[in-house]
Amino acid sequence: MSERAIIEVRGLHTQFGSHVVHDNLDLEVRRGEILGIVGGSGTGKSVLLNTILGLKSPDGGEVFYDGRAYSKLSAEDLTALQQNWGVLFQGSALFSALTVRENVQVPLREHVSLPLSLMDEIADLKIGLAGLAPEASTKFPSELSGGMKKRAGLARALALDPDILFLDEPTSGLDPIGAGEFDTLIYDLSRTLGLTVVMITHDLDSLHTICDRVAVLAEKRVIANAPVDEVAAMDHPWIQTYFGGPRGRAALRETR
Amino acid sequence: MTRSWTSPDGRARLSVDDGGDVCTLIAHGDWLVSTIGVFDRPLSEIAARFSVDKICIDVRELGRIDTAGAYILSRFALKPCGQNGPELSLIGAHDVAQRLMAEVRTRMLNCPPDDTPSRGGIVATFARIGRGFESATREGVDTLAFLGRAILTFLRVVVNPTRLRWNAIVHQMEVVGVDALPIVSILSFFIGAVVAYMGAKLLTTFGASVFTVELVGLSVLREFGVLITAIMLAGRSDSAFAAALGSMKMQQEIDAMKVIGLDPFEVLVLPRIIACVLMAPLLAFAAMLAGIFGGMMVAWTTLDIAPSFFITRMETAIPWNHFWVGMSKAPVFGLLVAIIGCRQGMKVGGDVESLGACTTAAVVQAIFAVIVVDALFAMVYLELGV
Repeated sequence: MSERAIIEVRGLHTQFGSHVVHDNLDLEVRRGEILGIVGGSGTGKSVLLNTILGLKSPDGGEVFYDGRAYSKLSAEDLTALQQNWGVLFQGSALFSALTVRENVQVPLREHVSLPLSLMDEIADLKIGLAGLAPEASTKFPSELSGGMKKRAGLARALALDPDILFLDEPTSGLDPIGAGEFDTLIYDLSRTLGLTVVMITHDLDSLHTICDRVAVLAEKRVIANAPVDEVAAMDHPWIQTYFGGPRGRAALRETR
Repeated sequence: MTRSWTSPDGRARLSVDDGGDVCTLIAHGDWLVSTIGVFDRPLSEIAARFSVDKICIDVRELGRIDTAGAYILSRFALKPCGQNGPELSLIGAHDVAQRLMAEVRTRMLNCPPDDTPSRGGIVATFARIGRGFESATREGVDTLAFLGRAILTFLRVVVNPTRLRWNAIVHQMEVVGVDALPIVSILSFFIGAVVAYMGAKLLTTFGASVFTVELVGLSVLREFGVLITAIMLAGRSDSAFAAALGSMKMQQEIDAMKVIGLDPFEVLVLPRIIACVLMAPLLAFAAMLAGIFGGMMVAWTTLDIAPSFFITRMETAIPWNHFWVGMSKAPVFGLLVAIIGCRQGMKVGGDVESLGACTTAAVVQAIFAVIVVDALFAMVYLELGV
């Protein structure tokens, strides 16, 4: 087991009925890096994320966080671990009955004891860190645009100052400008707050501009886990179609 | 003079040296969101007592720090929000702390407070009553408008009957009617049995136990059969209508229909209304049979009134008009229930909250409307003498 890995997936096997999604899949996330996970639709990216988050128990294999195997952890230990994680789900998963500020405060209220006024101030700070305007804090999720929902979800994910941030398609549904701003935001946060970021994405621009490494899911396993330039140069039909297509080439051109 | 505070778990400590006109904040240990709660009050007191340039922070003993820790430690320099004071004076160097404090300085917002609705007070109470009355009135008017629109759609379809969605109507008839048959019959059976028990107990004291037949027959035919049907329709089908249409609205399916050129009233609302109006009398009929059967069983076991005698007595003692009174109400109740359920479903907004609220409102309003209209029917039929 390498020193720098914060998350390690070893020999993961996932199966729904007779449909095998992952077969002997290995993945390693290094401390402090931004890792992008790519793969075609139906290759089990979200299932892999759910397994890493402990929402789904693997049908075979093991996941380690900081060298500790999930299967050996008690439920309380896993809950304690999860406090070190921030998750931004694909649809933001904000609680619709609460304002943005109350959404951000949910993890704070649940896990730490702080004076109420300080909790408000910390929530405002996180809303600011996520790049939202002050007026957004009193709004309900249904009053927000897609991009603002993502930012509000990010603010909630950052509430407990996590060590590691999981993002499920953070830029999907955003316009290119908004997506670019969100990428920059994630990059800045990961550098200033020292976050490890694991993001599932289809956005080639994100891969090129902010990801330190890219993991490619195909053939039921991770076929590559390397910096984007190395991955793009690999001789695999799916990788070549993905990075060599018109969109892939355009994204590559922009970053050079 | 040096004072100090320690977090409950002992991981973080704050020492304050405020002798003289300069104040030094000495941070020890790990200043994390889980440990800093206790420092809130002492740090705000110091921020109030000293001007910003008279406070310096000693970070030599500081361990780990996160944004919450950086915020509370440098908070005195952030006020008023938006305009930053002079640079912080630090003793010692701490990379992470300096980076996070700089980040906090640029990112902290001055967010408006949540609007908390003012509670209490006589004005607020009257305002609340007024709002409730207004919304009830508006609900009534909107429901009537919905009914009008449904009638218009119906007329348009009647003129051009090929537009009628037979598949949808038959499917809804199965869901609304056939699937509800067991529960409506069983409930009505028990209601009939309960009425018979009460009648048997009371009427035997007068020696008039045979009138149990009239009591069961009259109450079940006129009221209970159709009322049980309507209430079960409201509970079963109304919630289903509101939830189904509401989730379609949330998923933009209704918008998609409109864009494709389908009228949601024609495709979704009308089949449900037609199914309810047609199935309510049939269900009510089944409920009447089951209720009379329940009363008959009780009469047989407790009063020794044989079923054959029960039926003969019913034929002679209860005129047919009671049956028709009951049956005439059924389609009206079916219409009410369908209109209210569909309207609440179409009213759902974009969020999950309103789906729940509208489903509840559908059931409550439908049961309310059924009972009020039933009372109106009772008055009208009394005046007409049927």
